[in-house]
Amino acid sequence: MAQLAWREALNQALGEEMERDANVFLIGEEVARYDGAYKVSQGLLARFGSARVVDAPISELGFAGLGVGAAMVGLRPVVEMMTWNFAILAMDQIVNNAAKLRQMSGGQLRCPIVFRGPNGAGGRLAAQHSQSLEANYAHFPGLKVVAPSTPADAKGLLKASIRDDNPVIFLEAELLYGMKGEVPAGEHVVPLGKADLKREGSDCTLLAWSRAYGFAEAAAARLEGEGIRVDLLDLRTLKPLDEEAILASVQKTNRAVVVEEGWSFCGVGAQLVDLIQLHAFDFLDAPVERVTGLDVNRSYAAVLEHAAEISVDRIVAAVKKVLYRDQG
Amino acid sequence: MYRTMYLIRRFEERCAQAYGQGKINGFCHLYIGQEAVAVGVTEALRPTDYLLTAYRDHGYALTRGADPGMLMAELFGRGTGYSKGKGGSMHIYDIEHYVLGGYGIVGGQIPLAAGTAFASRYRNEDRVTVCFFGEAAANQGSFHETLNMASKWKLPVIFLCENNRYGMGTAMERVSAVPAVHKRGGAYQMRGELVDGRDVLAVFEVAKDCAAHCRAGKGPVLLEADTYRYRGHSMSDAATYRSKKEVEEERKADPIPKLRAWALAAKVAADADFDALEAEVKSIVDEAVRFADASPEPAVEEVWTDHLVEPGERDVPPRERVRGVKVAWPTHPSGQELKVTWELEPAGRAAEGEESPEMRKLS
Repeated sequence: MAQLAWREALNQALGEEMERDANVFLIGEEVARYDGAYKVSQGLLARFGSARVVDAPISELGFAGLGVGAAMVGLRPVVEMMTWNFAILAMDQIVNNAAKLRQMSGGQLRCPIVFRGPNGAGGRLAAQHSQSLEANYAHFPGLKVVAPSTPADAKGLLKASIRDDNPVIFLEAELLYGMKGEVPAGEHVVPLGKADLKREGSDCTLLAWSRAYGFAEAAAARLEGEGIRVDLLDLRTLKPLDEEAILASVQKTNRAVVVEEGWSFCGVGAQLVDLIQLHAFDFLDAPVERVTGLDVNRSYAAVLEHAAEISVDRIVAAVKKVLYRDQG
Repeated sequence: MYRTMYLIRRFEERCAQAYGQGKINGFCHLYIGQEAVAVGVTEALRPTDYLLTAYRDHGYALTRGADPGMLMAELFGRGTGYSKGKGGSMHIYDIEHYVLGGYGIVGGQIPLAAGTAFASRYRNEDRVTVCFFGEAAANQGSFHETLNMASKWKLPVIFLCENNRYGMGTAMERVSAVPAVHKRGGAYQMRGELVDGRDVLAVFEVAKDCAAHCRAGKGPVLLEADTYRYRGHSMSDAATYRSKKEVEEERKADPIPKLRAWALAAKVAADADFDALEAEVKSIVDEAVRFADASPEPAVEEVWTDHLVEPGERDVPPRERVRGVKVAWPTHPSGQELKVTWELEPAGRAAEGEESPEMRKLS
């Protein structure tokens, strides 16, 4: 199997889906002649032409809405947001239009569109460029939210998202674009709504997604060295959530730790804790712990940025806490 | 045209009545006074041209041939409405007739219109999109962002600004540096036109010309229709920001008697024709109210449906669901049939240094 970086895996997914279906087009800032701010769309302009790989003006609201309008009448747009921080300008179109079209029309319209781009920390980018915004989108009915962590899943889930008949929020991670992994060639489609059990163990359940998964994996490896084995679930899709897989794991391990890059308050993790307490209360041997980014705006200074981030140490400590192990 | 204008007028008057009776609730914005705009435009366009609107939206669907009973049922919040009662007054969708919705966020539908027009060019169809919005929406960012893209990419859109003078209670000139919206087209190298929106024949003529402009690939048009709403912004607005005298003065330009007087003078119709037409419309509206009154509320299970499309789920056309008739539903070419030949930005043009006359003047 080929070793590909995240950006190459996404590029492959886009190219294959555009070959497969001429209704698919890509629009966003710098996606065409510049080959994408993060080079995800490299070479696509030459292959598909300027009507299918469209350099948009810096008008996030405008081109997001253009995408929604095109989707209403049967095209399948992929709208690249240079970062999800900028997509805040487009929230009106995503939330008030894309997410509501089918319901407001009583089932007359559908909106097959993917909004994709990097989410979360970028490395010394300060407050306006470092936000993890999945909780915002997961909040709204009518949207699906996808947040893969490996190149293979990035490819397979992007293909599934493009084929989905609903609006999909596809969250990449700026710091993962260069990360390599094995990626199956050709028709590799990963269904939305399915978590992936990456490690098996009976001591504790670890839940993570996107870039936070890497921290959780490193923590799990370290814990294994100390004789603690965890079920590590990569959620991959946040909405619809694979509730079955989460509950099955917690019912087996009786403990859970949720790892989330974003803020704690009203974060996705809060929803996961609610799910677990509601449906697996009797199975729990300890309160569910959360490891999240600190509830502060991100600073530029390295020491301050680092202090606000999740860390392997904090995850290890949280797992030991739910196991009532000596943390000294 | 007279018939449709009169139908909208009577329909809206019955809406006001039903609102007073508590049968219509929530926000309800009436189109009374502005009928000539929707009617003139629809008559000038093809029935398959895309149409999007703001939330003052009952009239447009009627011009396209929507079922008045199902429209009234939607306003009554009944299961037999176009959106099963889920949309209500501000969200009228009749996809069978290419009415792609009423939108409740001011200016929110404007980018969508660029999208439907983009799709038309992408598929090499000569379909035009008309996007109705109020003058106050021209102060939203969505308006400016969309005009820029639409003009640059020569998208076939008629941006139709219905200037009824007040954005809710605020007169346009109080909050606008350039209150004449059509003049803003120049900022985007877009043709801008002003028309008397209470003269249905004038609207018809100019809209026909604008549509031809779009279909010829010359890009979008910004058409401003000068009009006036007699009622408040919505049913809950007593309109204290303007005088009774002003409204009375404006009513003298009412588009409906104006067309009747023109037809009588031109001897293309007689009083008896109008009387018969009005009686017919009255019975249609009576029947619409009867149908809505007799219709059941949606089943409570409907609260869970229509949020996401399930795999393999088909769209059920409203008239098929409610009236049991076979309906021609818009279809789109599959991804294998479609050949995209449009070059949105021909290679090399940018390298040659494409320069507008304005830019040359500036440099």
